[in-house]
Amino acid sequence: MTMIPFLIGIPAVFALIFPFVRDQKARGVIVYTGAGVIMLTTVVFTARWIADGSQVMMLYPETETVDHLMSVGDIALMCLIIYMGAKYRRIVPILLSVAQTALLLYTEFTTEVAAGPHMVVDWFTILMFIIIAFIGGFICIYTVGYMKGYHSHHKDVQDRQPFFFSMLFLFLAAMFGLVLSQNMIWMYFFWEITSVISFLMIGYTRSEEAVNNSFCALWMNLLGGLGFAVAIAWMAKVSGTVQLQDVVSAGAMLPLMCLALAGLTKSAQLPFSTWLLGAMVAPTPSSALLHSATMVKAGVYLLLRISPAFSGNLVGIIVSSIGGFTFIMASMMAIAQNDGKKVLAFSTISNLGLIVGCAGIGAEETVWAAVFLMIFHSVSKSMLFQSVGATENTLGSRDIEDMHGLIIRVPKLAYIMGIGIAGMYLAPFGMLISKWVALKAFVDSGNFVLVLCIAYGSASTMFYWTKWLAKLLCYHIPRETVKDVTRKDEYVSMIFHAATMLLLCLLLPLVAVWVVNPIVQELFGNAKDVISMSVLTTMAIMLVSIFIVPAAMFFISRRSHRELVPIYMNGINEGDNRFFTNSFGEKEHLYLSNWYLRFEFGRRHLRIPSLIIAAAALVLGFCIVIGGAV
Amino acid sequence: MKPVIFVLAYLILAPFVGALLDGIDRIVSARMQRRKGPSLMQPFYDLGKLFSKEMIAVNNVQLLLNLSYLVILMIAGSMLFAGADLLMVLFILSTADMFLIMAASSDSSPFANMGASREMLQMMAYEPLTLLVAVGFYLTTGSFQVSDFLTRDYSAVIWMPGLLFGFMFTTAIKFRKSPFDLSTSHHAHQEMVKGITTEMSGTTLAIMNIAEYYEMILLLGIFFLFFVNSTWWSWIVAFVVCALIFFMETLWDNVSARVKWKTLLYSCWVVTLVAGGVNILILMLIK
Amino acid sequence: MNKVSKSPWLLHYDASSCNGCDIEVLDCLTPKYDIERFGIINTGDPFQADILLITGGVNSQTESVVKQLYSQMPDPKVVVAVGICACTGGVFKECYNIKGGIDTVIPVDVYVPGCAARPESIIDGVVRALKVLDEKQAAMKKDGR
Repeated sequence: MTMIPFLIGIPAVFALIFPFVRDQKARGVIVYTGAGVIMLTTVVFTARWIADGSQVMMLYPETETVDHLMSVGDIALMCLIIYMGAKYRRIVPILLSVAQTALLLYTEFTTEVAAGPHMVVDWFTILMFIIIAFIGGFICIYTVGYMKGYHSHHKDVQDRQPFFFSMLFLFLAAMFGLVLSQNMIWMYFFWEITSVISFLMIGYTRSEEAVNNSFCALWMNLLGGLGFAVAIAWMAKVSGTVQLQDVVSAGAMLPLMCLALAGLTKSAQLPFSTWLLGAMVAPTPSSALLHSATMVKAGVYLLLRISPAFSGNLVGIIVSSIGGFTFIMASMMAIAQNDGKKVLAFSTISNLGLIVGCAGIGAEETVWAAVFLMIFHSVSKSMLFQSVGATENTLGSRDIEDMHGLIIRVPKLAYIMGIGIAGMYLAPFGMLISKWVALKAFVDSGNFVLVLCIAYGSASTMFYWTKWLAKLLCYHIPRETVKDVTRKDEYVSMIFHAATMLLLCLLLPLVAVWVVNPIVQELFGNAKDVISMSVLTTMAIMLVSIFIVPAAMFFISRRSHRELVPIYMNGINEGDNRFFTNSFGEKEHLYLSNWYLRFEFGRRHLRIPSLIIAAAALVLGFCIVIGGAV
Repeated sequence: MKPVIFVLAYLILAPFVGALLDGIDRIVSARMQRRKGPSLMQPFYDLGKLFSKEMIAVNNVQLLLNLSYLVILMIAGSMLFAGADLLMVLFILSTADMFLIMAASSDSSPFANMGASREMLQMMAYEPLTLLVAVGFYLTTGSFQVSDFLTRDYSAVIWMPGLLFGFMFTTAIKFRKSPFDLSTSHHAHQEMVKGITTEMSGTTLAIMNIAEYYEMILLLGIFFLFFVNSTWWSWIVAFVVCALIFFMETLWDNVSARVKWKTLLYSCWVVTLVAGGVNILILMLIK
Repeated sequence: MNKVSKSPWLLHYDASSCNGCDIEVLDCLTPKYDIERFGIINTGDPFQADILLITGGVNSQTESVVKQLYSQMPDPKVVVAVGICACTGGVFKECYNIKGGIDTVIPVDVYVPGCAARPESIIDGVVRALKVLDEKQAAMKKDGR
């Protein structure tokens, strides 16, 4: 497996090139090449691994030099954080960063740990590879076109594209490293890189809001990093090992709880969801990258890796309850949002909550559902972020209200967005099958609270997606025509995502057998058929019918003769359907708004209570674990 | 063979039975109000008339979306009567409803849009309970398959009376009965014209009505599942109880006034939690 | 079976009435008169209506509304003018803002005079309108529409 250094190295090398490329054209070419090479290496690597019999591989037992380099890297990251913290006068990140780096270095140099492999390649890693390489790669391609549009819209923002592209590629490199790592010290190193890069990307515009939000993201992720460091120190001191799989087999509560904290912060669960919402100030590609394929998936990835250890213990209960609680609260708060990206942010948090809830139960079925959710969520959320970004460049707004009748104005974007939304919640698209399995698994594991969470949460999820979809599909003669300024590379990426989405749904049974079942098998040692093949096949057939039915109906209904009349507005329409006569006898514009239930589901009502409840659960968990462990 | 017969019977008979039930409902309602009411066949006359009217429309997609609503509802119903997975049936049912919402909001009409918004809210109100009903059946019978429900020695209602009550409560939404007929109503007086069906005329409206009949039979089918077991006489009991439930929905329709959306949402969610949730909790503990 | 007269749905519009006739129209729905016996439903929606029932004379404000509502009803459709104002303009006929009876704007099929028109005569007028409706439907069929 000589390819592994290349997997991490190639994106890192590309990241180093960008600062020296000032020419926009050349930069575009390099991004295409970079994304292409990353995807190609991933495909070759995956193919070779499968050809070799797709065995679990443990690699690199002896890596002294690299270990030292990583220590240096940790210190460098700490210095960067101290510098940034000092520059903007933030004390919390500095304290957190110094504390964890010191703890880690102290552990590394004072404690003898058993030698073991540093990296592992198994089905889960491969799946993450594919997600990172393809979704991440296409997001990079999308970024080329997007950033041009972005800077022509936002003249006030300093053009730092070379830096942005460097960060994108470095992020991919760090993610590759993270999903490969088996040694926790290595994983921690990559973990910290992702935290710092997300901080830098969120602060791209350097506006006051962006800086505030980036520091919010930083300290929350560093808190998770601190949890990670404590887990490493504990494992090294008590068990004398820093292998992730030993955490699972040892099953000690404190390191589990600490790693769970790390996972929860990274995946933006309550009470740490604030950073993800704040991260929306960044340019859309970074949102797409951070919140669909990579950053938040790192947290979920960690939780899923250790999820067998959660089965039936206190930590598992805490994690799953926080996940379920996040699922329902975030989906309720999403109802009151009219900013497209905010809705996506809340829905990300909410879906991650479901995945975390599944991971916290730690049974085969739930992990099966969680992996499925992860795949579908990555694809459709990345697609949605991209289409909202493109819409924003085209319409000059990402308000859902302004997307009224997008199907008439910018049909291509509306179709892509529609597929993405349908993929998020409609039967029989993929997300729903995962919800189906999750519900069944929650019932089987006897977790009453989670059953209620999923019942209510899916109802509120349905509400906010439906009203968005309805807004897109309104037939309305536009006030002014808009020119679709979406560039080709943006469409390439979005169409790729849409096609992947549809294919995934169609090939659902195959994905289940070839990818998801092996992952569950590896994590638990045995895999039962979570969902019968006939059900999966039914789903695929249903999917076809969902497309065929309207298509067939289109031809049937087209044959009928129809006379078009104005819509009903109490007989006072004027001209086309856009105006009516008001009580002064004057022409008035018709304006239709969605329903946001702001007073009932607004963030200002739900945010504080949900933060308090989730934080209380977390603190309670820590108290019990520490009290019981010492 | 049996599923095929059931499905065919459903597909062919459901609109007729649904229309007949609608006719009975209108007569019973009229009698409750000391009126004579229309003839029993009135829904058929209405459908016939609607099909014979001139086709007018406000846009070109509404008919197609309405047709999709009908067909997907038929698929959902067929799956129920074929003995397939109950949870899947419910999911597809809500997908069908999506098409209705799209049809109503496809025209930028203020009244239809308000109706569509309210329809979404109604979905949000009844959705948790329908999911819990499926979970209840799963806990009681150990399977989500409708065909397995029929082979048990006992009726599911013994284990899930709370869910039955909750389902009766929320089904008023689906039957479009007062006090929960917010999005559209069979009654004359509506604060927003005809709500979700405002822009539907002639054939389009007829299709919507037929779809509603299919849905009505589907829901009664789920009620049926509460009572049926492996004995033959349980089928008769189930038929009688379904008729009784339908009568009670009509009664409730006539004795209650339309509520505000908040009352709808909160009461449905509270009933779901109290009746459905407690029932599920007890089932989880003793099963 | 699909005779339109078996299920006539009506749309009631108040063009400028004093509400006297409107009250009488609503009377028809009460248990005493119960027009649902004939399958009649009082919808508020021109898209679903077969009979346009108008009270009051047409004034300059309601003229365009009456026209538009009429245009939004699918064929076959009939118009019933209820009350003397709707028939001819009544006592307001010569007013500066009154155009006259409904027939000055759209074709009226049945006239129901009275001030206010009694429920019995309104029902009678609607039943007469049903015959016109059937004739129109037959004519429509003949045209092959």
